Amino acid sequence: MSATTSPASGFASSGLTASGLSAAQSLKASADRSGDLMTINMGPSHPATHGTVKFVLTLDGEMVRDVDIHIGYLHRGFEKMAEQGTWQQVLPYTDRLNYVSPMVNNVGYVMAVEKLMGIEATPRTQYIRMLISEISRITDHFTGLAAGALELGGFTPFLYGVQAREGLYPIVEELTGARLTTSYTRIGGLRADLPDDYEAHVMKALDEALALLSKMDKLLTKNRIFYDRMIGTGQLSQQDAIDSGCTGIMLRCTGVDWDLRKHQPYLKYDEMDFDVIIGHQGDNYDRYLCRFEEIHQSYSIIKQIFQKMPKGPIDIDDWKVCLPPKDAVYNSIEGMIAHFKLVIDGHQVPPGEIYAAVEGGNGEVGFYAVSQGNGRPYRIHVRPPCFYAMGILKKLIVGHFLSDIVPTFDTLNMIGGEVDR
Amino acid sequence: MSQKLIDLVRAKFGDAVLGSHATGGDATVLVARENLVDIMTFLRDDPRFAMQQLIDVTGVDYSEFPVEARSACSPVDAGHKSGLTSSTLPRFEVVYHLLSLTLRHRLRVKVAVSLEDLTVPSLSGVWLAAAFGERETWDMYGVRFSGLSDHRRILLYEEFEGHPLRKDYPLRGYQPLVSLPSLSDYTDQETYR
Repeated sequence: MSATTSPASGFASSGLTASGLSAAQSLKASADRSGDLMTINMGPSHPATHGTVKFVLTLDGEMVRDVDIHIGYLHRGFEKMAEQGTWQQVLPYTDRLNYVSPMVNNVGYVMAVEKLMGIEATPRTQYIRMLISEISRITDHFTGLAAGALELGGFTPFLYGVQAREGLYPIVEELTGARLTTSYTRIGGLRADLPDDYEAHVMKALDEALALLSKMDKLLTKNRIFYDRMIGTGQLSQQDAIDSGCTGIMLRCTGVDWDLRKHQPYLKYDEMDFDVIIGHQGDNYDRYLCRFEEIHQSYSIIKQIFQKMPKGPIDIDDWKVCLPPKDAVYNSIEGMIAHFKLVIDGHQVPPGEIYAAVEGGNGEVGFYAVSQGNGRPYRIHVRPPCFYAMGILKKLIVGHFLSDIVPTFDTLNMIGGEVDR
Repeated sequence: MSQKLIDLVRAKFGDAVLGSHATGGDATVLVARENLVDIMTFLRDDPRFAMQQLIDVTGVDYSEFPVEARSACSPVDAGHKSGLTSSTLPRFEVVYHLLSLTLRHRLRVKVAVSLEDLTVPSLSGVWLAAAFGERETWDMYGVRFSGLSDHRRILLYEEFEGHPLRKDYPLRGYQPLVSLPSLSDYTDQETYR
C-alpha cells in the first residue's frame, strides 16, 4: 500500500469492488438455509448508530429478513411551533434541524422568506452566506466520517475527525457567538459582518482540519477492515435513489450528476469553480469517498469566496425588512417606529406560497412557506433530505447482514433533528 | 419557464386543472383529485416534463386562512366548470413538489380536499418517495391515501390522538398515557412478518 493515497484515485480504480461483491453474494447463498426467525430490537439509542432510530429486525441467524424502521424519536413539533411566532422568530428553530450544519438551514429559511417577499440580499451577504454554508458542510461531513469510523471500531479516526470539527467550531463561534445554535442569518441580511482577520482564522482552522483529514484518509481509505465492511454493502441502485427522492450524497453516490449548487445555482454559486463529486457503485464506500472529497471541494470554494468577496453593506437598505441602525433607533422617531414595528409585528410578507431549497450536508434542504399576508407564517414545512433517504433504507438492509446495518446507516448520515423535526 | 410548464399541463388536461400561479417563479397547478394519478404519471413519463423525483409531500390546513387571500395561494380559474372559486375551495390541500433532474425544472401540484372526504389517491405506485411523505401527511393532517400499503403514523406513535398540524389542534393539553410497546407487539402484527 502506498503511503499517501488520494481519495480521488480510489474512485478511478473500478476493480476495488469485485472481491467485496462476490463475498456478499456467497454469504447470501450460505444463509439460504431457512431457520427460525428471530425478532430483535435495535435502538432507538444504539451505541453503533449515530441518530435516534429504532430498527425492529427479523433475523434469520445473522441475515436480516425484514426490518421495520421507526423514526420520530426527536419529533418536537417544529412546524407547529413555527406557526406561533413571527417570521424572524422561526430562525432559532432552524438551527435545531440539522444540528451539525445549522447555518445551512439558517440560509435556506431566510432565502425562502426573501423569495416570497421578492427581495434579494446584498452581494456581500450572499458571499458570506455561501461561506457559512460551506463551513457547515465541512463540519457536517467531518461528523459523518468520524462517527462512521467510530461505529466500525475506528476510535483514532473518530478522534481526528472530531478534533477537526472542534477546530472549526471556534470560527463558527467567533462569527455567530455560538457553536451550534448559530441563528446567524436575518431576513434581508445577517446578524453582523465578518469579524476582523476572519479570513486568516478560517484558513488556519481549515488547514489544520485538512491535515487531520489526510490522517483519517491514511487510516481508513485503504484499511482492509474498513474497506471490507464498506465495499459492496448498502448498495443503492440509481433508479431507487431517484425514485425514492434521495438527494445529495445518497443520489450522487449512484452516479447521478446532481448538485443544487451547480445545477440550480442559488446565491453566487454560479461564479464558483468546483466539481460535483459522484460515485459509480452506490455503495457505502462510494458515499464515504464522496463525503471525503466534498470536504476538499468546499475548501476550494471557501478560498474562492474570500478572493471574490466584495465589500459593501450587509443588510438591504429597507427598514421594513432589516432593523434600522441603533443610532437611528435611539435618535429618531422614524427609526424607533421601524424597529418597534419589525420586532412586534414582524415582517409583512405578502400572501402566497413559496418553496426554496439549498444543498445541505445531506442533500436538498427545502423550505415550503405559506403566508397569510401578515407578520406570522401560516405554514412552514421543511423538506429534510434524510427523511426521504430513510424511506429507501429498508431496501438497503433487507437481505444483508445485521452488521452491515451499521456502515449503511452511518453513510446515510441521518440527523434526527431534521428527520423528525 | 414556469409559465410554459403550466401551459403544457393546461393544454393536456384542460378542466382537470382548476387554477395555477407562478409566484416567485414556482410553477404551481391546482388539479382535480380524480385526475391526480393520471397527471402525475404523465408528468413523470412525458419527456417535456420528465419529473423523475417527487421531492416532497405535505399538506396545508387553510381553515384559519383569510378567505380573500386564498387566491394568492390557490387561484381558481374564473368560471371553472367545477363551480369552485378560491373562496369556496375545501379546507385542506395536499402539496406535491416535483423535480426534473434532466430538465432542471420544478413544479408544484396541489389537490384540495374537504374534511368530510379527506381522501387522496396514493402516488406510491408512481414514486417510491410518496410512501414516506404520505405517511407524514396522514400523521400531521389526517389525510387518508387510498392505495397506500403502509398507512401507519410515522413521526408520532399510533396511540396519539388527533392530527397536530391541523389548525384546530389545541396548543395545550395532554395525550393519553400509553404503555411502552413490548417486542411481542411487533411480532404479533402481520406487517412485521
